[in-house]
Amino acid sequence: MTRGPSAFNRISIGLGLAFLYAPIVLLVVYSFNSSRAVNVWAGFSTRWYETLFANDQLMAALWMTLRVGALSASIATVLGVLAAIALVRGGFFRGRAVFSGMVYAPLVMPEVITGLSLLLLFVAIGLARGFWTVVLAHATFTLSFVTVAVRARLMTFDRSLEEAAQDLGSPPWRAFFEVTLPNIAPAVAGGWALAFILSLDDLVIASFTSGPGSTTLPMRIYSAVRLGVSPEINAISTLLIGSVAMAIVIYGVVRARKTA
Amino acid sequence: MKQIGAVRSSFAPWNDPASVPLVRFEGVTKRFGDMTAVDDVSLSIYEREFFALLGPSGCGKTTLMRMLAGFETPDAGRITLGGEDLAGIPPHKRPVNMMFQSYAIFPHLNVEKNVAFGLRMEGMEKSAVKARVEEMLALVKLEKLGARMPHQLSGGQRQRVALARALAKKPKLLLLDEPLAALDKKLREETQFELTDLQVELGMTFLIVTHDQDEAMVLADRIAVMDHGRIVQTGTPGEVYEAPANRQVAEFLGDMNIFEAVVDSVEPPMARLSGEGMKFFVQDDDCPAAGSKVFLSVRPEKMRISLDPPPAKTPNVIAGEIWDIGYLGDWTTYLVEIAPDRRVRVAQANATRHVERPMSWDDKVFVSFDPDAGVVLTS
Amino acid sequence: MRRDKSAIAAVLPFAWLAVLFLIPFVLVFKLSLSDVALSIPPYEPQFKPADLPAFFGALDFETYRRLTSDSIYVSAYLSSLKFAGVATALLALIGYPLAYGISRCSKNTREMLILAVILPFFTSFLIRVYAWIAILKPAGILNAALEAVGIPPLSILHTDTAVYIGLVYAYLPFMVLPLYAALEKQNATLLEAAADLGATPFTAFWRVTFPMSLPGLAAGALLCFIPIVGEFVIPDLLGGSGTLMIGKTIWTEFFSNRDWPAASAAATVLLFTLIVPIVLYQRQQAKVLAA
Repeated sequence: MTRGPSAFNRISIGLGLAFLYAPIVLLVVYSFNSSRAVNVWAGFSTRWYETLFANDQLMAALWMTLRVGALSASIATVLGVLAAIALVRGGFFRGRAVFSGMVYAPLVMPEVITGLSLLLLFVAIGLARGFWTVVLAHATFTLSFVTVAVRARLMTFDRSLEEAAQDLGSPPWRAFFEVTLPNIAPAVAGGWALAFILSLDDLVIASFTSGPGSTTLPMRIYSAVRLGVSPEINAISTLLIGSVAMAIVIYGVVRARKTA
Repeated sequence: MKQIGAVRSSFAPWNDPASVPLVRFEGVTKRFGDMTAVDDVSLSIYEREFFALLGPSGCGKTTLMRMLAGFETPDAGRITLGGEDLAGIPPHKRPVNMMFQSYAIFPHLNVEKNVAFGLRMEGMEKSAVKARVEEMLALVKLEKLGARMPHQLSGGQRQRVALARALAKKPKLLLLDEPLAALDKKLREETQFELTDLQVELGMTFLIVTHDQDEAMVLADRIAVMDHGRIVQTGTPGEVYEAPANRQVAEFLGDMNIFEAVVDSVEPPMARLSGEGMKFFVQDDDCPAAGSKVFLSVRPEKMRISLDPPPAKTPNVIAGEIWDIGYLGDWTTYLVEIAPDRRVRVAQANATRHVERPMSWDDKVFVSFDPDAGVVLTS
Repeated sequence: MRRDKSAIAAVLPFAWLAVLFLIPFVLVFKLSLSDVALSIPPYEPQFKPADLPAFFGALDFETYRRLTSDSIYVSAYLSSLKFAGVATALLALIGYPLAYGISRCSKNTREMLILAVILPFFTSFLIRVYAWIAILKPAGILNAALEAVGIPPLSILHTDTAVYIGLVYAYLPFMVLPLYAALEKQNATLLEAAADLGATPFTAFWRVTFPMSLPGLAAGALLCFIPIVGEFVIPDLLGGSGTLMIGKTIWTEFFSNRDWPAASAAATVLLFTLIVPIVLYQRQQAKVLAA
């Protein structure tokens, strides 16, 4: 029996990918449409990008989103790596079941529940809603994703490397920083990037936990979208897609160079 | 313990009551849950000795070594190094270094930095580190590969890096966990000799863990044979091979023909035995009294095989039929059926290229052995 | 086995999650037992440490009574479960051939293709849903294309069909990834062994490949089903006014009606509905960790 894709396999892959990419491609294409109408192609133009950069509200929201993303992803990475270490290496400690439950539940928890519950917490402890509450909320729901990314790498990590470091005279904590961390760094960086993107992307939790003056980009886009399709939104979407694509290409190149 | 022949070499501190061991295990026990990995082990290793822990996988030899390195804590007993109790001393503070079975070479550091790691942890000055790394790389013949990353090295080179790294701190004791298991046969044999040379040259104490009896015999001054967490026998390679303590050791180290027998009479140093319908005449100082049930063991290479019957009055002759032949080039192994479903193994060195009348399957043959070839075992 | 102090690493994330994940649920539950008040925050704080008996005395199931008596809530739950169930089934039907096809390719192609499936996940969810508005709206790209070939226009946007399209589109990577992971692990020699023993390719697939991929299918289904039940953005943007989903209901109660107790009660019920699938999912994760 030969391995390899049959005609049916090829068609499945082709249709699947077309379904996944067609809307994105159309969105990008129409962001360069000079007409405001979606169904008419009126020629190539970058005018929507110009109006976009002139839109202070949108730019402020973008800046807010990037700041929230970077900070919350960093917090989530520290906590997520610690959680992964405890889960992979901690054995069966007291409270492990509750702990792993809390770590994995946010992966599937509907955002409305997470958002609402966090808001009630902030209200209960009298924390004014704003930049910091969104950061706390995002760090909480993204740390699970960091844990999953790092856990996989940690599971295949050869423990004798750490033992060798200790054997050669480094205390356990130093062995972790000198040997373990450099070797799981790609997974940690990947976890950070995932947390950052999830934070950038979040509408629901941010809507619940943000306050006046801390409106994020997805919240702005959402309110614009509710009013209908606009080429300006197409333009900012294209920019977001472009920057993510660029980040992935850079990551790929760096990784390819490292392994070469 | 049985002694055969003279003591092999002049280096034998274990026979000198005045010498003080470097490492001492005293009644050490380690349990993992219900499983007793190491069971009441007492053992002494002397300075400048090359000591091997030999046994099948799961016999507790690695656990014993890991307790010395500090990665496991004994449940009972104590371990001393140079007279100092190691209890409570973490691995990074023990003057012991280990070469790991996987080599555990840090993948993110180049060869030089791997070797320098332990020195850096010690806080050694940079110029001194550089000099020592160069010295170590020269020692293992890797001078030119200092800048290479681990994934650019062959298996043999990785093994050398691991060795250089473990030796760099000049430990009182070097632990080697199956150091050659990952190498192919030829390279393994070469490396074995290099390791012994290195150990003599550096004047260090080596403790190796291995499941490979050839490796243990080639490398070690003394071998401790372990099974089920206990040490079954400790001795020089010659002692454990030629005078095994029991059938278990006998069969673990090489092949052994074993006959169940009863002692008929003893006239030291000779003894007469009978069993499996045969009479045996053997020379063994430690043969138990007449009437005892014993096991007579004879190594295949200490047996002779011939088509013609040996001269009359030759002791220990067994008639049989060739059941199978295994030609190995340097040796040929014959399986000779001496009774229905009862076979003995005879090994013959192929000293000449041509044999006038080669033996073949189903040939009627005679197997014999000298009285001093047999060892009488009680268990 | 080995004595390990790594469990200490759990302290910080444990404390963090206890405060920011566990306690908030307790607050949701508590609030769902409170009464509405027109203040900001728009509920009457029931908890006064001084008089605990009064605290418990004041709690009641009034909000839940409202929830069950108003058929809108009940139908929103049922409709959410229906949406999630049907969408998960559609995702399995579409995702399986895709994951299977990818798993049959050579190693390099396989990795490229699976990366291609994951990539859209990294672009904004909101934007990907938004892209469908442009396609499906009455004067949208789809109808422009249909008109060009002479087919009468369709009105899909703001219908349940649009919601299904959006759900399948957004969650497809979550279905394909675990399925692919299960299929990719399978050894080609298994199929050769099956063929050698006389199985036709179809029998080999049905008797060997498919049963072995079931854990992946289960993981994918849970990974899709659970969040879809509480989905808000897709029904809100692609669905019509008649599209009922509980995530949307919670959002509306909270932001439009400012009825926090009702939103909390709805969230509590949603959480309890999801406990069984979440526990199943956790078991799956534990198995992965143990493997």
